[in-house]
Amino acid sequence: MLDRKMKKITKILIIVSSLAMITAFLTPIWMIDLEAPQYPEGLGMQIWINKITGDLNTINGLNHYIGMKTIEPDSIKELSIMPYILGALMVFGVLTGIAGKKKILGIFVIIFIITGIAGGVDFYMWEYDYGHDLDPTAAIVVPGMSYQPPLIGSKQLLNFVAHSYPDTGGWIVIGAGILAVLLYVYEIKFNKQSAVKESVK
Amino acid sequence: MFQINKTDFQLKEKTNMKFNVKNFSKQVVSQIASSSILPPITAGLILAITFSVILLAGCGKKDGSTTLNMSEDAANKVYVPPGEYDEYYSFISGGFSGQMAVYGLPSGRLFRVIPVFSVDPEKGWGYTEETKPMLMTSHGFIPWDDSHHSELSMTDGVPNGKWIFINGNNTPRLARIDLKTFRTVEILEIPNSAGNHSSPFTTENSEYVVCGTRFSIPMKELDVPIDSYREKFNGTVSFVKVNPESGSMNVEFQIMTPPFDYDLSHAGKGPSHDWFFFSCYNTEEAYTLLEVNASQKDKDFIMAVNWKKAEQYLKEGKAKDVAAEYYHNVYDDSKHSATSEVLKTVKMLDPKDCPDMIYYIPCPKSPHGADVDPSGEYIVGGGKLATVIPVFSFSKMIKAIEEKQFDGDVAGIPVIKYEAALHGEVQKPGLGPLHTEFDDKGFAYTSMFVSSEVVKWNVKTLEVVDRAASFYSVGHIMIPGGDTKKPYGKYLVVMNKITKDRFLPTGPELTQSAQLYDISGEKMKLLLDFPTIGEPHYAQACPADLIMKNSLKIFKLEDNKHPDMIKSVNDARVERRGNEVHVYVGMVRSHFTPDNIEGIKVGDKVFFHVTNMEQDWDIPHGFAVKGNNTAEMLIMPGETQTITWEPKVATVYPFYCTDFCSALHQEMQGYIRVQPANSSGEIKFSLGVKK
Repeated sequence: MLDRKMKKITKILIIVSSLAMITAFLTPIWMIDLEAPQYPEGLGMQIWINKITGDLNTINGLNHYIGMKTIEPDSIKELSIMPYILGALMVFGVLTGIAGKKKILGIFVIIFIITGIAGGVDFYMWEYDYGHDLDPTAAIVVPGMSYQPPLIGSKQLLNFVAHSYPDTGGWIVIGAGILAVLLYVYEIKFNKQSAVKESVK
Repeated sequence: MFQINKTDFQLKEKTNMKFNVKNFSKQVVSQIASSSILPPITAGLILAITFSVILLAGCGKKDGSTTLNMSEDAANKVYVPPGEYDEYYSFISGGFSGQMAVYGLPSGRLFRVIPVFSVDPEKGWGYTEETKPMLMTSHGFIPWDDSHHSELSMTDGVPNGKWIFINGNNTPRLARIDLKTFRTVEILEIPNSAGNHSSPFTTENSEYVVCGTRFSIPMKELDVPIDSYREKFNGTVSFVKVNPESGSMNVEFQIMTPPFDYDLSHAGKGPSHDWFFFSCYNTEEAYTLLEVNASQKDKDFIMAVNWKKAEQYLKEGKAKDVAAEYYHNVYDDSKHSATSEVLKTVKMLDPKDCPDMIYYIPCPKSPHGADVDPSGEYIVGGGKLATVIPVFSFSKMIKAIEEKQFDGDVAGIPVIKYEAALHGEVQKPGLGPLHTEFDDKGFAYTSMFVSSEVVKWNVKTLEVVDRAASFYSVGHIMIPGGDTKKPYGKYLVVMNKITKDRFLPTGPELTQSAQLYDISGEKMKLLLDFPTIGEPHYAQACPADLIMKNSLKIFKLEDNKHPDMIKSVNDARVERRGNEVHVYVGMVRSHFTPDNIEGIKVGDKVFFHVTNMEQDWDIPHGFAVKGNNTAEMLIMPGETQTITWEPKVATVYPFYCTDFCSALHQEMQGYIRVQPANSSGEIKFSLGVKK
């Protein structure tokens, strides 16, 4: 007989990790740092769930040389949607823990993964657009050159090295997602076996 | 990187070897030996000379190698690797340049010349509408002064890193520089004064900054014969109160003094906190040929002023309101503009009405320095023509006052008996003792102008323990914190009056110079000569941490309260108001908004109100127009400055950014069309042509 119920530890971890995602409302989820010889003090922007902070004016000022569009947080619709999506995900996570059903956990994991992929794709497309949609009359036009920052990792863009990595909030969300996947695997593999063993006894 | 430098150094050593006299003479010998043309006698003579050169070179080599080792050691001590910071900020007065210069120690590298009393066209200081009021005085606009001494603001007798004060000697003024911006933010003219020399020394919490008259002048009646000096002339010492929060300065009170020349001063510390000590010479009251006539008396004075007592008399209403006219100029960092206020009265205390406020202590031969040791107990007089250095004891001075051990009085001011206040004399210190600073180990260092050396002596035992030559004729000296309660006894900076052969010559006008000595050990060691601006008179230094952490990077555009600033380039415009044309310009890399302006006419006065819209560190923009009779402006991020221009010929004038701001700096330019006075051209302005 298959055990449809999650173990107590799984329930607690799902609830705790879902609640921990509140960090994503309090700290940046992603960061893009730019490194150049004449910026020893560093230059960067932090993407929060609902805003962008950091040296946006300076970055916009520099970007105008290569004809990049101005980054205006007000016109980025994702920043107004993301809080709801993440909020819903958190609520779903907590409810999953309370319900304690493996099936629901499975659905939660799938939704989490889809949300994650969708977020990544959206971020990539946003970066692609900024990096490629350049003003042809810009002062600096390097044939064949685009300025798309990496989705994750580091990349040389003219005199800048762009680093793109999750920030605190982002790491917590990623951690919660990985934990949810691991817990699901644990539940359907190991918990099943133990349940089988128990039923054999 | 470091290894490369080392290799460089080794290379240099090798190169030096080539020029070794011994090698050179060997070559000469071999050349002569191979020559058959020279008569044998001449050859023998040359051989003999060469031989002696070899001998000398042999002797010299020992010294040479010692020098090399010493300079290697010294080089390590003053070497600040690229990208690293100096240990101390030092602020050396710019003398007759009227400015103040900021150097790093121990490297001696110049970081900034802060314009204070003199115009600085490089920075627009004194040329922009915003800074012109800073140089206003009761004599009108003055583009220059002679700045002598610097003094850091203090809390509990040690620098607090907020401000630095500097005096204007010629047209008596006192300036305050804000160490967040390294800019002059306040200049106060001192009334009833001439030759503001014994300034700007401060009390332990910068309650007061003092000013004293090097020249006595007529004050009550102004148009008097010079030979009425003794009857009609007076000196003053002024106590300028400093607001501990804002730094704002006001002449709280002045003290009328006999017509002596008040030279230098220092505040008491610890037990002597309530007192201020001024050296004075020309107690002979000479008004001509002072070099002879003011050098006749065996002793002049150190004037001890109990400023707490003076405050009390001020409260009691003992001060008289004296009519005066003097300027108070303040620069506001949020409005990015200075304003001048004309003050009409000053409070004057007369020692006759104020017993126990002032005493004279006899001090040998025309004293210069009046310097107080870190404990506040010892006061050192630098009698520049004296053969001893007198050291007075504060506690003995107080005892002498209590026991009334006086030698008569001068104009009602009691003269304390020399021996009663004397701790002792440093015997045979050298010639021409001028000024004394202190270390943290109980030693004093006195500059000797005439014998061109610094003498180190023990403050308690008065024994001379070391002396080091200066090159040449040292004036003032400075140990970081050396006039405060807490000296950092690691380095000594001497400021010389004569440079002669120390640097590559530059015609008859040679560089000014300072020298750095290591005083951490028993013996003073010369580490470095470095050039300075103007004539360096006095300096201050403090650990870099105290100041660098507060240094402002940019002015925030959102905090800019300049009435002619523009918040956005959309507000850039040109407005005609009669004959005045006001141009509101925005600057951002790498263009001006607007950059094409038409409709200006000959006879117009154009005001360029230029705002640097940048909010990025170290991106100033400059602004200059062809043929402008003023200067350029250098505008920091978030700042607004204004310059005027009165074009005389109808044509098109270019303007451009003078500070290399970006890869497209050379493109940061514009044109202004000026039309004849009677033309009907309307004001037009634009940026970028719509295709």
